Amino acid sequence: MSIILDHVSHVYGDDTTLAVKALDDISLVIPDGQFIGLIGHTGSGKSTLVQHLNGLLCATSGSIYFDGQDIDDEDFNKKELRSKVGLVFQYPEHQLFEVDVFSDVCFGPKNLGLSKKETELRAYEALKKVGLPDECFYQSPFDLSGGQKRRVAIAGVLAMKPQVLILDEPTAGLDPKGREEILGQICKLKEESNITVILVSHSMEDVAEYVERILVMNQGRIMYDDVPKEVFKHYKELEEVGLAAPQVTYIMHNLKKAGLRVDENATTIKEAAREVYRVLTERTRTL
Amino acid sequence: MVIKMSIIKTDKLVFEYIRRDEDGNVEGITRAVDEVTLKIKQGDFIAILGHNGSGKSTLAKHMNAILCPTEGSIWVDGRDTREESEVWNIRQTAGMVFQNPDNQIIGQVVEEDVGFGPENMGVPTAEIWERVEESLKAVGMYKFRKYSPNKLSGGQKQRVSIAGVLAMHPKCIVLDEPTAMLDPNGRKEVIRAVRALNDVENVTVILITHYMEEIIHADKVFVMDKGRIAMQGTPREIFSKVEELKELRLDVPQVTLLAYELQKKGIALPDGILSIEELTDEIIQYSRREGR
Repeated sequence: MSIILDHVSHVYGDDTTLAVKALDDISLVIPDGQFIGLIGHTGSGKSTLVQHLNGLLCATSGSIYFDGQDIDDEDFNKKELRSKVGLVFQYPEHQLFEVDVFSDVCFGPKNLGLSKKETELRAYEALKKVGLPDECFYQSPFDLSGGQKRRVAIAGVLAMKPQVLILDEPTAGLDPKGREEILGQICKLKEESNITVILVSHSMEDVAEYVERILVMNQGRIMYDDVPKEVFKHYKELEEVGLAAPQVTYIMHNLKKAGLRVDENATTIKEAAREVYRVLTERTRTL
Repeated sequence: MVIKMSIIKTDKLVFEYIRRDEDGNVEGITRAVDEVTLKIKQGDFIAILGHNGSGKSTLAKHMNAILCPTEGSIWVDGRDTREESEVWNIRQTAGMVFQNPDNQIIGQVVEEDVGFGPENMGVPTAEIWERVEESLKAVGMYKFRKYSPNKLSGGQKQRVSIAGVLAMHPKCIVLDEPTAMLDPNGRKEVIRAVRALNDVENVTVILITHYMEEIIHADKVFVMDKGRIAMQGTPREIFSKVEELKELRLDVPQVTLLAYELQKKGIALPDGILSIEELTDEIIQYSRREGR
């Protein structure tokens, strides 16, 4: 179920004087089962990009292929595409509307035209997958905590059984533990059902911890496309475009500059702790 | 001699949300703030931490009389918020900035938006302009004064919101997760502006946030849990207690966590390291000490 973007550009207000080029000649392959982090400052084109992946926006020029088929072909079924590529918007809990949690999650599959039994089965599965306790199922979604509401909203998309799950800042506004829980669930989900996950995030620490590939966007272009270690090597360039590297990266570079032989490319706490420990104890032994 | 007065004082403050069903019968009562007693000194930089639902925002909304206590009392600059005649004075003393910049900006042009507050207070026109200018300068947004707020980034909009509060000359400004919706640069801009207000203008700042890195410069940190104050102290004292914070669904900055992990492995580093520079220095000193 790979997605291929071939020289995709998008211009808002194309034939007006206020034309803004939001995507500029993007070519990209998203293979099956990858965990991708998409970062970039506000206005860099992240949201525009992800809205192309499920056909909410049409490319001004260039083509997008889902599983080999051009999604702008006349006979291409866009409705099916949207059930295969699930998009969780920022603050998805604002979209909850049903009287209870369970009906809310049923809404998506019901609209796919599935039987009542299948719908309920999927809703149940989805709610289980996001780790919502059973006693919440028949509560009003509005009585839940922020983190719980967000999980219900994610379950609503999961119940459509997407093959690609796109999450636009799923942890904004949650407390640290809530962030860890949501990201942990997403990670587990990815491993269990081998879906592709695209995580749009402003938190470099989170991205470094969880994803296997990072796309950095700037002014509508892909600036870097690599594994986290390689991307965060360019921390100075990242700062120039309004981003940063995880705090750990800065510490490691400082230590390296001061003459400690650490591997400055560690990006998570665990790796960094191991590195610093190794160097500190090695030194004691050798000197 | 300057005596630092309490700008905000609470005494066993309690607030209960009452949930009602469709017929108006009481379904349940949630105690969001539970007997909180605290004092905040004029000119301090205060941070309030706590997980979602711990009562931080409810407490904050008492500080400019958006909510009134169910039991107990709160005084803002010596005024009791239950006195209805004092509400306007209290709101001028303590201004508030919320999470979503789009919900707080009303003007079509930046300088109009900032002038809205003082205009409503009946400040003479010439003085409004003065205040708009100095407020925008204080948050570094003066060169955008003729812009439409729609054309600004999130961080810039949030700084305009802060200028709008500042133009009312408050003694105290309460910020409820002002950076939650911003990218790293926007976050930096806002925090820098807030710190400048505190350092230069001596405005009391009360910052509510989920980002632990933002509060390392605070004078005092309150940690809330279940409507109560669970911990209080300087950032260093608070962040020394990694395990306790984790139990309260919170975290410490990555730097502090790395230091903590190294300590656990047996590297003797001081508790509660807060900045990148500090940790780098400590590790280098350690390596020299051990190397000798």
